[in-house]
Amino acid sequence: MRVAIVIALLVLGSILFHIFSPWWMTPIASNWGSIDNALIITLYICAVAFVGLNLFLAMTLLKYRARPGHKAHYEPENVKLEKQLTLWTGLGIAGMLAPGLIAWNEYVTVPDDAAVIEATGQQWQWGFRFPGPDGVLGTAAVAHMSPDNSFGINPRDPYGRDDILVETNELHMPLGKPVKMVLRSKDVLHDFYVPQFRAKMDLVPGIVTYFWMTPTRTGTFEILCAELCGVGHHQMRGTVVVESQAAFDAWLAEQMTFGQMLAQNEATPTTQLAQADVKPMIGER
Amino acid sequence: MATVTIADDHTHFYHPKTWIGKYVWSQDHKVIAIQYSLTAIAIGLVALVLSVLMRLQLGFPDTFHFIQPENYLQYVTMHGMIMVVYLLTALLLGGFGNYLIPLMVGARDMVFPYVNMLSYWVYLLAVLVLVASFFVPGGPTGAGWTLYPPQTVLEGTPGHEYGIILMLVSLALFIVGFTMGGLNYVVTVLQARTKGMTLMRMPCSVWGIFVAAIMALLAFPALFVACIMMLLDRIAGTSFFMPMIMSMGKDLGYEGGSPILFQHLFWFFGHPEVYIVALPAFGIVSDLISVHARKNIFGYRMMVWAIVVIGALSFFVWAHHMYVSGMNPYFGFFFATSTLIIAIPTAIKVYNWLLTLWRGNIHLRVPMLFAIAFLFTFIHGGLTGLFLGNVSVDVPLSDTFFVVGHFHMVMGVSPIIVIFGAIYHWYPKITGRMYNEALGQLHFWITFIGVYAIYLPMHYLGFLGVPRRYYALGETAFIPESAHLANQAITIAALIVFAAQAIFFYNMFWSLFRGPKADPNPWGAASLEWQTPDTPPKHGNWGDELPRVYRWAYDYSVPGAARDFIPQNEPHDESARYHRT
Repeated sequence: MRVAIVIALLVLGSILFHIFSPWWMTPIASNWGSIDNALIITLYICAVAFVGLNLFLAMTLLKYRARPGHKAHYEPENVKLEKQLTLWTGLGIAGMLAPGLIAWNEYVTVPDDAAVIEATGQQWQWGFRFPGPDGVLGTAAVAHMSPDNSFGINPRDPYGRDDILVETNELHMPLGKPVKMVLRSKDVLHDFYVPQFRAKMDLVPGIVTYFWMTPTRTGTFEILCAELCGVGHHQMRGTVVVESQAAFDAWLAEQMTFGQMLAQNEATPTTQLAQADVKPMIGER
Repeated sequence: MATVTIADDHTHFYHPKTWIGKYVWSQDHKVIAIQYSLTAIAIGLVALVLSVLMRLQLGFPDTFHFIQPENYLQYVTMHGMIMVVYLLTALLLGGFGNYLIPLMVGARDMVFPYVNMLSYWVYLLAVLVLVASFFVPGGPTGAGWTLYPPQTVLEGTPGHEYGIILMLVSLALFIVGFTMGGLNYVVTVLQARTKGMTLMRMPCSVWGIFVAAIMALLAFPALFVACIMMLLDRIAGTSFFMPMIMSMGKDLGYEGGSPILFQHLFWFFGHPEVYIVALPAFGIVSDLISVHARKNIFGYRMMVWAIVVIGALSFFVWAHHMYVSGMNPYFGFFFATSTLIIAIPTAIKVYNWLLTLWRGNIHLRVPMLFAIAFLFTFIHGGLTGLFLGNVSVDVPLSDTFFVVGHFHMVMGVSPIIVIFGAIYHWYPKITGRMYNEALGQLHFWITFIGVYAIYLPMHYLGFLGVPRRYYALGETAFIPESAHLANQAITIAALIVFAAQAIFFYNMFWSLFRGPKADPNPWGAASLEWQTPDTPPKHGNWGDELPRVYRWAYDYSVPGAARDFIPQNEPHDESARYHRT
């Protein structure tokens, strides 16, 4: 008796919690409304199942609790009913899988006109690289890394000279332009995560990973690391500023290119050149 | 044949004479089951305390100065690994598997009693090695229970010196011990069933444990090789999982390995592991519901096939843990589809549990209350799994508190609630005494409502985007002040649930000495373990003669029968309707 009422109350409580909860998806700032929609569809189909099954449970407990003179019904199986339930479940599953897969197809299909931005992670900070006027990121590898070349760009690769480097934790992006985020890690797994963008992806040392998105709202958002990366994991923060194209261009013009950086470090260029072609390169063309 | 000596020829059955032979180096499956269970519960208590420490830090950051970031990560790691492997797997298979299989299939013991004993002692060694890691320099590993390289063995991670080595060695030992036990469970089910006990007459508990044991024998080797390879990376300088790395400005000399390879190996074990824990719980809960509703389990054949199908499919879904891992993103299509398909046989199980209750005669005793609570928590946890399986929906939710809420509901709370129900249910058989009903009810209510208060809000923190495995959220613009209040409320609920477990232990311990003598079959159950000549059953289980089985395990409320159950070993006569199996 009591347990039936409590189950019904827990269902009611869950619905009320959902309605009045101050915690819900952070307002979106990217093109991934399709992900939010797939989530909402999944939520509603699941909510129907949750409410329906538990209320049926509560009703059953109330109706068929043991009382003197009461006896259980005898029915080993009912194949027809079981088949029908299987069919309906299959339809519900298909109903939520379809929008999920459609959104995923978008997620893995990078538009041809997407601009490339590279994010690199290391314990416990972010760095960013833009391809510069030639539109191509120079090849880069851990083997090229040195105090003067923290991105590990191949000094012999002409595509790398005009790459624009951002060594602070602050990234700027132009509003409304699709961006392919190319991800690289120097040490351990990290994950580029901006809650407002919805999209995220791990950074994996040794390989280059990616995702794409289009910022749809100006503002300053926090970059978090979403893959455990050691004791400083919770402090690995960055900032992404989404702004107008003009403001973005002005900001980008202030940043230093790899070529300028090499020139500045003129005093010790030999160390880099000597290491240049020792190890295989990984990179993005 | 091997079955003959165990099954029938009890004159050659050696009964140990000494206390040590009976209770320490015991080869009796019931004693080994209790050894397994007590060890698992003891180490589980350590994990429980660690979870409380984590909650204290999350609810009240900057309050407990002995919890530093490295401690927090160590708690996270050890809590997760202990709960999943050393508590749940060991308790459900080593504990319940050992106790129930021979009694339920009508055998005198496991087919390899000596190997069974060895299995326990290797498990104990694995636990001791794990515990030792708390006392080595640098402490236990803090790499997260998933142990993802490269950070696992790098200096930014606590316990990278010795803790990780002990963890890997302990896991390898656990797997060695488990393999000995697992082979026993499988062979006993296949070879030592008593006369008349066909496979399709076995109780669902045995089916769940049987399929889980087969799965574990196939899945654990993947973890085993992953542990050995990582151990070599750590000690011998190999690069299985280690690419070239610049760590804190130093080139560590690794080259060419793949961190994602480890994730594939880990989850090839890790996902079946979820069902290795879930299937025994599914089986046990089926029996609890059926017995206490005085009704046969609805659609028994479908229930058995669902267990088998879930077991098989669970080997084809592992990469749903890796949608944002950087693996080839096109895998997402396949793994999302296979993952959502597995929901269908799982849903069938839920329907059949509900339909078993429907038109039943439901006795709301403590074991049944826990079984009902399981239905609620499992429906909740199963449904939230659809979010995470549904590939694109997983993207914003992965590595947030939604994931924490989901897997705790589905594979933390749900199996543990079944374990509580099962302990109360079989307590009279195991100890020969009854537990205290009022204390059992009190324990139930606090635990059931408490866990929901803990985990429901976590899902909403996850929708918000609060990341998991964070020592402190600090000042984060998108996280409102109210989320910190939610964290405090969760911690308070967790402390209450934690304290309430004392009621359970008090009840178990007190009843062992002061509980009233139990009836040999207090619930009126039809399955064989309740038909033993002695309670608790003696070494050899069945006295002079093995039981003979004439019917399935679910003859409850049969029209025409004198009582509302017919034991499996009762021959059928013309008066009661007979369900041919």
